Amino acid sequence: MKELTLEAKVENIPTLTAFVDEWLEGLDCPIRAQMQIDVAVDEIFSNIAQYAYGPEGGSATILLEFDEAERTAMITFVDGGVAYDPLSKADPDVTLSAEERDVGGLGIFLVKKTMDAMAYRRENDQNMLTIHKRI
Amino acid sequence: MKIKRTLEGSTLTLALEGRLDTTTAPDLEQAIKADLDNADALVIDFAGLDYISSAGLRVLLSAHKAMARKGGMKVVHANEMVMEVFEVTGFSDILSVE
Repeated sequence: MKELTLEAKVENIPTLTAFVDEWLEGLDCPIRAQMQIDVAVDEIFSNIAQYAYGPEGGSATILLEFDEAERTAMITFVDGGVAYDPLSKADPDVTLSAEERDVGGLGIFLVKKTMDAMAYRRENDQNMLTIHKRI
Repeated sequence: MKIKRTLEGSTLTLALEGRLDTTTAPDLEQAIKADLDNADALVIDFAGLDYISSAGLRVLLSAHKAMARKGGMKVVHANEMVMEVFEVTGFSDILSVE
């Protein structure tokens, strides 16, 4: 297992993406799946950066695991911010017109659509969100 | 992400290269704002774009609304991955995509 802890700031997304990409390239991940995972990382980490902590900020840890037998990449995002289960939110209405549209919630919706599985748990006052992608 | 800007008559074309995500979406927003007064129509060329996240969709939606009052906005040369994002999110019904 690989892991990286960094300040929960949107400025750190490129560093995190590079870390994840290097790991995926080592696993011969197809480029398409890699890009979908990159989008998922962007959506989830930006949510943590924007909403998990107050103005004092905080950190987040990303754990990378690979299930060899299932060829499945598993990425877990851990933060010590306010309890929040992104999977508890209703999916946005994607049939509304431009005028009625509010793009809130689209990010997590996109992740749900492109990953094979997602799971949330609250443990030791931490949010742990795991995404699974077969590669 | 790189943005190449071309103004031909009153049509502004912004050609993007790289990734349109949380980190780079503000750059596109800025580029659109900067030229909004000079352009009647906006073309966003995605030929060099790898992928788009929801932060990019947000910028496209507000640009679409702003341009709807003028000559409109269209997105051209989106790759298969970007098209899939448009379809899943219903943006393919909102935006003019060629």
